[in-house]
Amino acid sequence: MTGQRSWSLSAPALALFGVLLVVPLIMTFVLSFNSFDFYEGISNDISLANYKEVLGDSYFYEIFARTFAIALATTVICAIIGVPQAYFLNRMTPFWRSVMVLVTLGPLLISVVVRTLGWAILLGNKGVINTALTDFGLIERPVKMMYTSGGIVLALVHVMIPFMVLAVWASLQRQDPATEAAAESLGAGPVVIFRRVVFPQVIPGILSGSLIVFSLSASAFATPAILGGRRIKVVSTTVYDEFMNTLNWPLGAAIAMLLLLAVLVIMVSWNRLVERRYSEVFA
Amino acid sequence: MKPNGSFAKLFSVLFALFMLAPIIVVVGVSFTPTGYLEFPPSGISLRWFREILNHPDFIAAGWVSLKLGFASACVATVLSLPAALAIGRGRFRGREALQSLFLSPLMVPTVVLGIAFLRFLTLVGLNGTFFGLMLCHAIIITPFILRLVLAAVIGLDRSVEMAATSLGASGWTVFRRITLPAIIPGVIGGWVLAFITSFDELTVTVFIVDPSTTTLPVRLFSHISQTTDPLVASISTVAILFTVVLMLFVDRLYGLDRLLIGEGKR
Repeated sequence: MTGQRSWSLSAPALALFGVLLVVPLIMTFVLSFNSFDFYEGISNDISLANYKEVLGDSYFYEIFARTFAIALATTVICAIIGVPQAYFLNRMTPFWRSVMVLVTLGPLLISVVVRTLGWAILLGNKGVINTALTDFGLIERPVKMMYTSGGIVLALVHVMIPFMVLAVWASLQRQDPATEAAAESLGAGPVVIFRRVVFPQVIPGILSGSLIVFSLSASAFATPAILGGRRIKVVSTTVYDEFMNTLNWPLGAAIAMLLLLAVLVIMVSWNRLVERRYSEVFA
Repeated sequence: MKPNGSFAKLFSVLFALFMLAPIIVVVGVSFTPTGYLEFPPSGISLRWFREILNHPDFIAAGWVSLKLGFASACVATVLSLPAALAIGRGRFRGREALQSLFLSPLMVPTVVLGIAFLRFLTLVGLNGTFFGLMLCHAIIITPFILRLVLAAVIGLDRSVEMAATSLGASGWTVFRRITLPAIIPGVIGGWVLAFITSFDELTVTVFIVDPSTTTLPVRLFSHISQTTDPLVASISTVAILFTVVLMLFVDRLYGLDRLLIGEGKR
């Protein structure tokens, strides 16, 4: 296929993406340098004032730190649960494997709002978990789980874990089962086989899964908005408040641009790290 | 390979319980006969499903979501199909850049996309309109379709097309009679995934709707932000049921793992 033909086939999509994605992103970048006045609205002057305000305020530091701490905790827990689950999934009989694939991936297709509603019902002070624990006499007062970072992490793990399982499972399928059989014939037990043979081979899958989980968790909105409320704010809910409540769009745009920058820097450096690491191994 | 041991089985059961817990709870509380959330429900009642009929705003939002998902998935499919053919088969400068651009909505944080669309649509006077919403959704869901169609195009055997051409078929006939039927499972799988993604979308949509174009996730979100009652649970149950039917359909047609990993297994 010639270049001209290729470009004309791509032209309609390119036009839509150019007008409605590239231009708006550039406009938002510019907007983050504008100033805002409560009476006059947005003015077109250019300055770094919004960035100075965000970077110079411990309030915003706390929000960014909380966001990345939640994303990191979610990623680590997803890896701890997702890696063994993917390993077991790979060894199931075809019937049970298809059942577990449905159970693992099905929730991805249900709206995050609905899944988070489920967690809100489970985690509330009068929620399912607290009621059950009180009824069994295990606790006297309800454990506070709504409006805590822990509750947000728990629900985010639920949202993100399919991505980790998928990534690890994909790398398990590329692995030669003979390596496990060889280790077993030499007398290794299941734990040793997992740790010394399987685990090193799925590290690329864990790393790519972690990248997806981390970046999606850092920019998650629905889960922290519903389970964190106004008390536990993260970057995306702060941006939402600036745009829809305070109406200080330039400041909100600056916060969003910093989030975008942070996520991109982490993604690119993570990829570099992984590529360097693995070019050494496979060179 | 040895079968899983008892630890593996226990782990998998707990994992499945964890994955299903929030969904079971939502479905469970929606059948409560009482006026508040209780789980397990003390009885089975359709009271809160009947109550949906008294809330035309939720029903209207549901219709908007259905129409939006349908329209934006169609627009995105029509745009992705030729683009996937070009990217999958062409050897031209800028091919990789083009592919990265079309997949970029997956990389940009959704909240950034939301404010970018809001800023743009406000300036051109389309904010809150169904048309604006549809175009924005088409952009968000294009990566999902493009990946599946691309996998189908790359996995296609070219010799059948060449045979058709050598027998005198025109380019359009080859596409319609040979290429399209061969990649149609990927296209339909992509369409369904795109539809569901649009139907579920909240973070971008919440910035660019107005009361007349509020979608179901946005309506549910604003309700849940204030209060949780059995009504949102029963509405969610209807949405879950709808998704499960689509999911089983697509699993039969295409395989859920292939759909979501985004690679054809060949």
